[in-house]
Amino acid sequence: MKIIACIKQVPDSEAKVKAEGGQVSWGDAPLVINPFDEYAVEGALQQKEANDGSTVTVICVGPESAKEALKHALAMGADEAILVSDPALNDLDTVGAARVLAAAIKKVEGEMVIFGRQTLDNGAGLTPAQTARVLGWPMLGLAGLIKVEAGSVTVERVIEEGRQTVSAKLPAVLSVVQSIGEPRYPSFMGIRKASKATIPVWSLSDIGASAPAAIVTRAELMSPPVRETSVEIIAGETPAEIAEKLADKILAEKVL
Amino acid sequence: MKIFVYIDHFKGEVQPASWEALGLAKTFGTVTAIVLGSDANDVAKAAFEFGADEVLHADDSALLDYRAETYASTLSALASSHNPNLILFPTTARTRELAAMSAVDLNTGVLTDVTGLEANGDSFIATRPIYEGKLLEKTVCSGKPVMVTIRGRAFPKPNRDASKSGSVTKAAAKTDALSEVKGYSASESAVNLGDAGIIVSGGRGVSNNPSLTPPAGMDEKQAEIWRAQQGFALVTDLAKTLGGAVGASRAAVDGGYISYSHQVGQTGKVVSPDLYIACGVSGAIQHLVGMRNSKVIVAINKDADAPIFKVARYGVVGDLFQIVPALTEAMKKKLGK
Ligand SMILES: Cc1cc2nc3c(=O)[nH]c(=O)nc-3n(C[C@H](O)[C@H](O)[C@H](O)COP(=O)(O)OP(=O)(O)OC[C@H]3O[C@@H](n4cnc5c(N)ncnc54)[C@H](O)[C@@H]3O)c2cc1C
Ligand SMILES: Nc1ncnc2c1ncn2[C@@H]1O[C@H](COP(=O)(O)O)[C@@H](O)[C@H]1O
Repeated sequence: MKIIACIKQVPDSEAKVKAEGGQVSWGDAPLVINPFDEYAVEGALQQKEANDGSTVTVICVGPESAKEALKHALAMGADEAILVSDPALNDLDTVGAARVLAAAIKKVEGEMVIFGRQTLDNGAGLTPAQTARVLGWPMLGLAGLIKVEAGSVTVERVIEEGRQTVSAKLPAVLSVVQSIGEPRYPSFMGIRKASKATIPVWSLSDIGASAPAAIVTRAELMSPPVRETSVEIIAGETPAEIAEKLADKILAEKVL
Repeated sequence: MKIFVYIDHFKGEVQPASWEALGLAKTFGTVTAIVLGSDANDVAKAAFEFGADEVLHADDSALLDYRAETYASTLSALASSHNPNLILFPTTARTRELAAMSAVDLNTGVLTDVTGLEANGDSFIATRPIYEGKLLEKTVCSGKPVMVTIRGRAFPKPNRDASKSGSVTKAAAKTDALSEVKGYSASESAVNLGDAGIIVSGGRGVSNNPSLTPPAGMDEKQAEIWRAQQGFALVTDLAKTLGGAVGASRAAVDGGYISYSHQVGQTGKVVSPDLYIACGVSGAIQHLVGMRNSKVIVAINKDADAPIFKVARYGVVGDLFQIVPALTEAMKKKLGK
């Protein structure tokens, strides 16, 4: 089975992200693989191990620098990585990303495509279902467990109300959540292999796609209002005394 | 202006932010509530009581269980024939999918997790947090209808008026299912942190009570989980007393103390309750991004230097195994429980 994991590169979550002159800036904080997408790679590798003769291809739509994120996936154990990069892809919204990814997925002839739940930067959580819709494939979202059997895939979806078991015929699009299991650390051998790998770069014409026009665009970037936070430490001789004071403070906030 | 509001429900149980979406829609124009599913007559009735001008109900056995494709196709068909300017949704696991797919069908876009919305002529400007809430953006959608999923608790909930009613209009369902629902199990404690007004969370600290002696025969890991369960019992008692939900840090989830659906933070849920009480949570950035917009934050932690105190309004430097039960008792007394 040809398994694909779709990943994006984002500023590290420790980064001090700021608005500067209408642009997002994160100083010299490192760019990393989107943390949710590490679970996608982990899920793909688990399925490779569970299904003989499978391979994992990792795809990213992004700038040249995103090769580093792809190398992380290779170091984790992916067989192959592809960067889709084109100057015409600067203003990409999620529908646009989905159209480009769908074209690349077709070219790779993927049978099971695994996404992360959402990106850390944009946080839309739309691209997986939009890719499925563009391809006309079933969407099995927010999987915490995946099982492939006789040309079908069954997942346990982790939703607000509990877990739902849903199945569909392959090819299919999945997204995964943290319950899939901790992403494995790159092995020493993996890191060596990844550092030597050449990652092909496909342009839009390589995948037979045209540049999608953005429907969703940013009009303004703002810093969130700064919150006044000075902590009042509640102390006392006994737990009961502290609790008594704290309870009064909480009640005075009128939030109950 | 014509507005659709998608009422998200699971087996007839409505996600409360649906009503917040309905209230918001009323401020812009005429509101049509969209209810999908064959187990949803009460939902359709409630939509009138919350202020819908019209209710479209696709009541078909093909829609008994939510499935992305059938729900999206049904919604897209309704939008094509009624031509609304705006479709509002609560932000839930289902609506992110459903709105995403319908937007592809209708050649438009989706603005997710929106915390502010203004009309701008025929279109809309939405405010939404990005980069884990480190920034805000104002964003626009050039397609029609504009699709917006609103963040729970970001907009006021309208009052329910049981005297309001109307006749539900039946709508046709699309039946192009590509997937099959095989089963469902409610999580041992179904939680909806996004809508909770009060959350009491436990971190790795809930397992740290050396004076508890676990039953004989447990290995180290089992003993740790056993201890953590005693700790979470205290957290749960406090949550129950306050009428709130139980949250957790990732360390608590990864430790096997509690299920993933309770996790607050970057890879869990982003929450903004009126009251958030963190017990034995250190306050790593990935936890803070999930809860720092809570109105009043209380931190209980042994370590006076824990970063959680930097975002807290009130703090107690102490042992949660002593403070939490004492706080539960004090609250019970004061609330007359
Ligand atoms: C990509 C990524 C994503 C992540 N996503 C999330 C996420 O979504 N949510 C999340 O929470 N974390 C997340 N994390 C993990 C995060 O970095 C921290 O490791 C985690 O939040 C720590 O959990 P904790 O505070 O419970 O544990 P610790 O950091 O171990 O803190 C335990 C605290 O309990 C206190 N304590 C101990 N015993 C007691 C006692 N008896 N009484 C009172 N206090 C006590 C200690 O002083 C300490 O401050 C993520 C990390 C990464 C890298
Ligand atoms: N540019 C991209 N290249 C590859 N995969 C992407 C890209 N953007 C988003 N994705 C995938 O889609 C998921 C959801 O992204 P989003 O809809 O932007 O929140 C991510 O977790 C990735 O798996």
